[in-house]
Amino acid sequence: MTAALIRRFGAFDLAEDCVQDAMVAALETWPRDGVPARPAAWLTTVATRRALNRLDRDQRYREKLAHLANGPGDERGGDDRLRLILACCHPALSREAQVALTLRAVAGFTIAEIARAFVAPDATIAQRLVRAKRKIAAAGIPFRIPSEVELGDRLTEVLDVLYLIFNEGHLATRAGAPSNRDLAEEVAWLARLVCRLLPNEPEPMGLLALMKLHLARGRSRFDLTGQLVLLADQDRKRWDRSQIDNAIDLIERAAGRARPGRYQLEAAIAACHAETPSIHQTDWVQIIVLYDMLLTLAPTPVVQLNRAIAVWRLDGPYSALRNLDALAVDLEGYHLFHAARGEMLYELGRSEHAHAAQRRALELTENTAERALLERRLFNRSSL
Amino acid sequence: MKYVFLFCGSAADQVAFDALTPEQLRDRYAQVGRWFAQHQARLGHGNQLQGPETATTVAFQGGRPIVKDGLFMEGKELVGGYTEVEAVDLDEALAMARSWPGGGTIEIRPVVMQR
Repeated sequence: MTAALIRRFGAFDLAEDCVQDAMVAALETWPRDGVPARPAAWLTTVATRRALNRLDRDQRYREKLAHLANGPGDERGGDDRLRLILACCHPALSREAQVALTLRAVAGFTIAEIARAFVAPDATIAQRLVRAKRKIAAAGIPFRIPSEVELGDRLTEVLDVLYLIFNEGHLATRAGAPSNRDLAEEVAWLARLVCRLLPNEPEPMGLLALMKLHLARGRSRFDLTGQLVLLADQDRKRWDRSQIDNAIDLIERAAGRARPGRYQLEAAIAACHAETPSIHQTDWVQIIVLYDMLLTLAPTPVVQLNRAIAVWRLDGPYSALRNLDALAVDLEGYHLFHAARGEMLYELGRSEHAHAAQRRALELTENTAERALLERRLFNRSSL
Repeated sequence: MKYVFLFCGSAADQVAFDALTPEQLRDRYAQVGRWFAQHQARLGHGNQLQGPETATTVAFQGGRPIVKDGLFMEGKELVGGYTEVEAVDLDEALAMARSWPGGGTIEIRPVVMQR
């Protein structure tokens, strides 16, 4: 295995072709008999993914694509990938199945790797994959590129799956390791792939930009002792400038298509933060305007919460708290709602209510790093 | 592939249906008629079912058939009709289901084919 890895590591083009072979194999075998694809092909895929991990993917991948663009059979390979991604994220599959299939078939993760990322037993993931493949075959889920009319919705489904996986890597909502940077980077690679397969669609660019902006700040999210650091307290000099510039380029290119979407707007909001040298110079008005645009497309309570936090920064806790009150029912089970509310209440000097809110936030949080942060807050405030 | 569309509805759907004016009702039937005409080539056998108050169930308990008045599943949703659909794949079936003008909920089930 190691020898094969090293061999493939040196032969990038060959490895890349092997990924394509594995995908074509999946395309052929899944709809026909629903059995897992050839193990050898999957091993190659995994080996290739590992090799890709250690390379400067941006640079190499551009070269590879330039090379492929001139060669024969490129279109079919690209279309096959797109078909595979769309099938893995078909809306007739459960979100869990979409996630597992995408990681397995498109990103070449092993069952054990998926299980580790989602803190689930191997057997659970294996069974999830078997069921999903069975449904693809039995229900007649096709490997085909949908019509122009359907593509928008189907693409949204793909992007939502990718962003969910990304957040699992970036934020790690489950108990255990606070962050899984590798998972986040792998899935950013997938987002880049979707951008290349659908070069006229602005939303994949928005998602990729959003991921890059999160990754650019990734290293400053934890301090030397492994403690979580909030946006306001992060050392902005440690943010990855080239990654940020890259993301802003993408946002501008996407905006050129004049078809705004949820991910483009979220990326634009993240870019506002990324471009600002200190939290005090943040253009909160601009951010609130972007949240208002986002609310017209995605009127969700979490977006409203984030907007209320921007209002807090601009106008103070009083008006922000009034905004939060309207969300109390919808977000009762969301730890960040209580954490934000607690901070606002502290500012108003309502310590007792603030404490209750922070304790509720702590009860609802599984992630170890977030728990530690909330505990620190509770401790500091109660010793004042 | 062969599928069966199960046309389902909830009590709320029924209330909304009952509230239609005679004119609206005629429109609705005309739309549904057009849907069936448009997809005729892909449709197999199908029927609208009489109301849930007409249902009878036979349940085998310990191998013995027990006859009862009413539905098998006492839920909020119930099946009001069905049709067979012949489609290339699920996406084609979904496109047909999306264009259904009758409201409610459609459950799409692939049929077990003879081997």
